[in-house]
Amino acid sequence: MREVHVDDVIQKISQMCIDCNYNIGRDIKEALVKAEISEVSPIGKSIIGDLLLNSQIAGDQQMPICQDTGMVVVFVEIGQEVHIVGGLLEDAIQRGIREGYEKGYLRKSVVSDPLIRKNSKDNTPGVVYYDIVEGGKLKISLAAKGFGSENMSKLKMLKPSDGIEGVEAFVLSVVEEAGPNPCPPIVVGVGIGGTVDKAAQIAKKALFRNIDESSPIPYVADLETRLLEKINQLGIGPQGLGGVNTALGVNIELFPTHIAGLPVVVNINCHASRHAVAYL
Amino acid sequence: MALKKIQTPLTDESVLDLKAGDRVELSGTIFTARDAAHQRLIETIRKGEDLPFELNGSIIYYSGSSPAAPGKVIGACGPTTSYRMDEMTLPLLELGLKGMIGKGERSQEVINAMQTHKAVYFAAIGGAGALIARAVKKNDVIAYDDLGAEAIRKLEVEGFKAIVVIDAHGNNLYETEPSKYKTTT
Repeated sequence: MREVHVDDVIQKISQMCIDCNYNIGRDIKEALVKAEISEVSPIGKSIIGDLLLNSQIAGDQQMPICQDTGMVVVFVEIGQEVHIVGGLLEDAIQRGIREGYEKGYLRKSVVSDPLIRKNSKDNTPGVVYYDIVEGGKLKISLAAKGFGSENMSKLKMLKPSDGIEGVEAFVLSVVEEAGPNPCPPIVVGVGIGGTVDKAAQIAKKALFRNIDESSPIPYVADLETRLLEKINQLGIGPQGLGGVNTALGVNIELFPTHIAGLPVVVNINCHASRHAVAYL
Repeated sequence: MALKKIQTPLTDESVLDLKAGDRVELSGTIFTARDAAHQRLIETIRKGEDLPFELNGSIIYYSGSSPAAPGKVIGACGPTTSYRMDEMTLPLLELGLKGMIGKGERSQEVINAMQTHKAVYFAAIGGAGALIARAVKKNDVIAYDDLGAEAIRKLEVEGFKAIVVIDAHGNNLYETEPSKYKTTT
């Protein structure tokens, strides 16, 4: 049994919130550099140049890339040999978010009740998922999820006979309908299978994978590549003002499903695509 | 595409001179207001009470900035998505709102009202909040402080870069530009 103290969790979560909001991911930066070269629209090219400049300023001045510093989503993988000591893990995660958003001058964007809509003023709660896995480590994957892109996400319960073609058509329709709203060039997370909730959860999880890493399943990796090409033929372009860079990446996750169903969730992320991983 | 330097407040003439595709650098005063602030503005108009700032000739920026770190004027302050304000925009245009800065498409109703009331819609780059912050020289909350990130702020800006995406003549860059690059049917 290995002990992990909640104080370490608090500190780690806090730091991850700040880091991912200030510093653009390596994979995203590389993709933007390539997009600036490949972009044929003059407005699009200049927008990508500004996005790169923006990330440079944010990193240099240690300030947020974007004012929407997101709602925090955390996937925790707890090795079953780990013993959490010093308090409740959930409390530690929420406290880490609170401290990170305060200390990092990050925007508090969460309302405590979706209908009454009073700001919680500390960006809590975050959304936390737990998985029990083998081993003696605690893996924390954290994203600061902006809502311009979250709002453009969609669910569809396809028929089994709709197959891969049906999935492709749905993903393309969601991206096309989203147009300029989710801050293209976007990252597209697709969850296929499971139940309504599972499809949404794995679509979110897909956004945690770096965009230069393909699915380990060959036909799914092919689908990711094909969808990225087709999305970039839609013409939406950077900020929806036209061009050949509408998406930087497509990540797909699968889960077994019922004989009667083919759930698909498309979860869109903006070009900031803030996520981080840490082990304790 | 022309680069035009614009000083606030806007007038009918300055609005009509702007064409979709123009790049502008705005200087002067702009007011931030997003979802919750719009709801309060509309409620205030409905009750016939005084608004917290003069709408006539003004520009509203759909933005909720992140907090200013010590020694900074403002945090990141890019635009939020505009469509959420569409249904609350007409009463503001009727009272003389001349410009809106945001990102993303507007409803046909808003576009039509922009023609009727001579107003212009600019896009700032979504997700470029650190870059945009450099144009903000002064930043004061003037209303609805209790809304936190959604309070109304009066910003003094210099050379705030934006693109005219929908002009007062009904031209819309979101309609005209993507189709030029679309290679699927």
